[in-house]
Amino acid sequence: MHWFANPARFMRIAETVQPWIAGLAVLCIAAGLYYGLVISPADYQQGETVRIMYVHVPAAWMSLFIYTILALASGVFLIWRHPLADIAARAAAPIGAAFTAMALITGALWGQPMWGTWWVWDARLTSVLILFFLYLGYMALVNAFDEPEHGARAGAILALVGVINVPIIKFSVDWWNTLHQPASLTRLDASAIDPAMLVPLLLMAAGFKLYFLAVLVIRMRTLLTARRIRALHMVE
Amino acid sequence: MSGFLAIVRRELKLALRQGSDASTVLMFYVVVVALFPLGVGPEPDVLERISGGVVWIGALLAALLSLDRLFQPDLEDGSLDLLVLAPWPLEFLVLAKCLAHWLVTGLPIMVISPLLGLLLHMQPEAYFSLLAAMALGTPVLSLIGAVGATLVLGARRSGVLVSLLVLPLTIPVLIFGVAAVEAAAIGQSPQPHLMLLGALLLAALPLCPWAAAAALRQAVA
Repeated sequence: MHWFANPARFMRIAETVQPWIAGLAVLCIAAGLYYGLVISPADYQQGETVRIMYVHVPAAWMSLFIYTILALASGVFLIWRHPLADIAARAAAPIGAAFTAMALITGALWGQPMWGTWWVWDARLTSVLILFFLYLGYMALVNAFDEPEHGARAGAILALVGVINVPIIKFSVDWWNTLHQPASLTRLDASAIDPAMLVPLLLMAAGFKLYFLAVLVIRMRTLLTARRIRALHMVE
Repeated sequence: MSGFLAIVRRELKLALRQGSDASTVLMFYVVVVALFPLGVGPEPDVLERISGGVVWIGALLAALLSLDRLFQPDLEDGSLDLLVLAPWPLEFLVLAKCLAHWLVTGLPIMVISPLLGLLLHMQPEAYFSLLAAMALGTPVLSLIGAVGATLVLGARRSGVLVSLLVLPLTIPVLIFGVAAVEAAAIGQSPQPHLMLLGALLLAALPLCPWAAAAALRQAVA
């Protein structure tokens, strides 16, 4: 990990890897959308609206996944003071916020026909909304200081404080009696989803992960370049 | 331990001698709660229904309002640097500050809240439950608030920022605090909600000073 933490080396590797990740992401999402919207069957109970799942569920997974990445990067930054970890956390936050917003919006669109309401204050929905606020708070805090280094450290501590929300979201459907259904994929016995629906779901999940990686690399390169430009301005 | 008490005594002295701070928070609390009957109309049924939530939201906002007094003045006049240099763990300093903050804001808020409940036609059975929930919940607000207050030290527009950081984290206190009041109002036992509030307090007591001390270290570094 320390070997990759060299910004110059990261820039070189990122430049070569980026088009491949972006291409793979496009392929996965295109295949997932085609499989999910055209090939996979409609649900016997939910009808065609079940297809919202292929966007909603992967987006919700991403919202938690990216927060975990954000917290890990923040921890690495606080412990080893790698500048690249701070850049990664900073770059990941807006993407995570966007995925969280997407999960909330598609959830509302799905909830309207299925539950008859756009929004309920159950534990899962509320905790995801808190996650969204945490992302916004993190982004606001990181940019609130004149000294970027100061903002990075404050943001890292906030990201680690917010980690407490991640298990709450994950297990909210088990701990509380919620309208939101419990997890049906990651059960110990066989998954409760038919393969015809599982394949597009997993394709979309892989596509979203790759998309996140591609955008993360772009944003990290931009932030590194911006930092370099600022340093050059200071020299002048 | 003597250092701990010295900090608490210093904070209390400062708060009492500039008496306006503590009473402003209390006045703000009363005004916010008094706005609700004007906003939603004076029907006793409606007010009784929302009384628990209104009292708690008022307490949350009032506790938030006073957070900029927690560390900001010490940073500005330089005494924070000396407090950080003192030969005891920084976590103790945060804990002492939180205790003083609670004594100056949380305790008055707790004491006055049944009175505001009375104004909102709260069921008399809920008063004891409200007091108990406030006794457990307001210290958590001070502790979580300390984390937010230390994180924004030196930031631009820190007042708005601290609300954005602290409010999402205090939602559990609000949920269980209101649930305890409402359970008592309809004749159920508030005990499970009070126990959850107690659990929040016990979790916040060691964790929040730890996080706030980490934030303090980087603020004065």
